[in-house]
Amino acid sequence: MEQYSMNLTLKVWRQKNANEQGRFDTYQVKDISSEMSFLEMIDVLNEEMIREGKDPIAFDHDCREGICGMCSMYIDGRPHGPWQNNTVCQLHMRAYKDGDTIVIEPWRANAFPVIKDLMVDRSSFDRIIQAGGYISVNTGSPVDANAIPVNKDMADASFAAAACIGCGACVSACKNSSAMLFLSAKVTHLALLPQGDPERRSRALKMVAQMDKEGFGACTNTGACEAVCPKGISIENIARLNREYLAAGLVAE
Amino acid sequence: MKWSELFTSSVGKKVIMALTGIFLILFLIVHVGLNATIWAMDGGEMFNKGAHFMGSNIVPRILEIGLFAGIILHIVQGLMLEFQNRSKRKQGYAVAMGNKGSKWYSRSMGVLGTLILLFLVVHIADFWLPNRSNQGFLLGEEINLYDKMQEVFKQEWVVALYLLGCFSLAWHLLHGFQSAFRTFGVSNKKYLALINCVGIGFSIIVPLAFAMMPVSFYFGWV
Ligand code: HEM
Ligand code: SF4
Ligand code: FES
Repeated sequence: MEQYSMNLTLKVWRQKNANEQGRFDTYQVKDISSEMSFLEMIDVLNEEMIREGKDPIAFDHDCREGICGMCSMYIDGRPHGPWQNNTVCQLHMRAYKDGDTIVIEPWRANAFPVIKDLMVDRSSFDRIIQAGGYISVNTGSPVDANAIPVNKDMADASFAAAACIGCGACVSACKNSSAMLFLSAKVTHLALLPQGDPERRSRALKMVAQMDKEGFGACTNTGACEAVCPKGISIENIARLNREYLAAGLVAE
Repeated sequence: MKWSELFTSSVGKKVIMALTGIFLILFLIVHVGLNATIWAMDGGEMFNKGAHFMGSNIVPRILEIGLFAGIILHIVQGLMLEFQNRSKRKQGYAVAMGNKGSKWYSRSMGVLGTLILLFLVVHIADFWLPNRSNQGFLLGEEINLYDKMQEVFKQEWVVALYLLGCFSLAWHLLHGFQSAFRTFGVSNKKYLALINCVGIGFSIIVPLAFAMMPVSFYFGWV
């Protein structure tokens, strides 16, 4: 594709901190290359604002290669922007054309309070993991790869679920602000492997209890989460989590 | 884990919705089957026999209590869930996500359910209440329900409300039928495909059959 440059209008959510009321501010950006990433486009704007002595737009990012899950922008009514199976850092400006107006909001959910501008506090996800998203043994040095037999299909399904980068787009997209896709990815990833099997019951119970405590909503299977997940985590995992939870809850004393 | 903990968790609440929802679906099968006898073209003879069996027999009358309990639980829990879920995002989005990724009816279960409820109130006041009060709420003399239908379905607004009820039910079931099985934990693609097909068929055929009942009376087809 030919490289081209464009001028854009950005409407960006600005909010000083969690307690202050936020608002949209409008910015013009000029000569943006179609080969830039979306975050580089924001960098250009931020550098200009710094030169002018203004407060740059705060946003989360780390790897900028679609693997860390830090970047989080709700762009024109869709978490991570218009592309499928994609993070904002991997969204490129060739998705836009000259003269476009782009509206950028932070993830919105009570469980993800805004820290500043487009940055939200996702430590509720960390606490859900801490509640049970682990295997409680000292693993020591690696054992022989074939010492524990693992069914290939199970290993593949587990690996697909383990691809979740904990970005929170699923919560951001869900009308109920439910974290079930994230939770189901973590539970599935561990439940399908022999190492995770002994704790699968208590894990599902503990993680769901923590999710409820953090103020996420209940899932109603709308499928919006799956549609925006940058890692293609399947909604079938939610049904598996329901099964794990029910099986555990019905027998737990 | 106590029962109370299990059924008040986010997943547990959904399981109650699914259990009561499937129970209501089972009821609908019986209800639509019995009512279809209005099309026997015998002036309501077969229909009234069926109605008499259901109304004068102790077993359906006991099941009726379960039905009321089930629907009340479904409605109360459904509306509470709807409001709780809405409260989880105090600050909304300026640009709504809309249909990017989910179907409108899957996001409108509360509204669709409320429309069904509106219809249900009128429906119960039309038939169940007069019939049962005539029976002294025990096993007494019933009224002729076929004649009653002929009378009730002469009014345009009643027919319109019944059609709205059936229309809402169709969309409610289109999401609800398959959603209930996901809530029970069916994640196997092979079964989900089957459930989806049956669900779509059920959601179209049953509400359509119900909708044709007031229409048939209104136009004098029966
Ligand atoms: C004969 C009437 C009805 C039938 C057969 C029915 C059936 C169902 C089914 C099968 C579900 C899916 C459960 C799940 O996803 O796990 C459901 C969910 C729901 N129903 Fe109903 N329902 C009926 C009436 C109502 C009424 C009267 C209301 C409210 C006033 C209502 C409100 C809801 C709500 C809020 C949900 C949860 C939405 C969701 O999980 O997506 N329903 N219903
Ligand atoms: S399930 Fe997908 S959308 Fe949700 S946190 Fe994981 S990677 Fe992000
Ligand atoms: S910055 Fe790491 S995934 Fe986007």
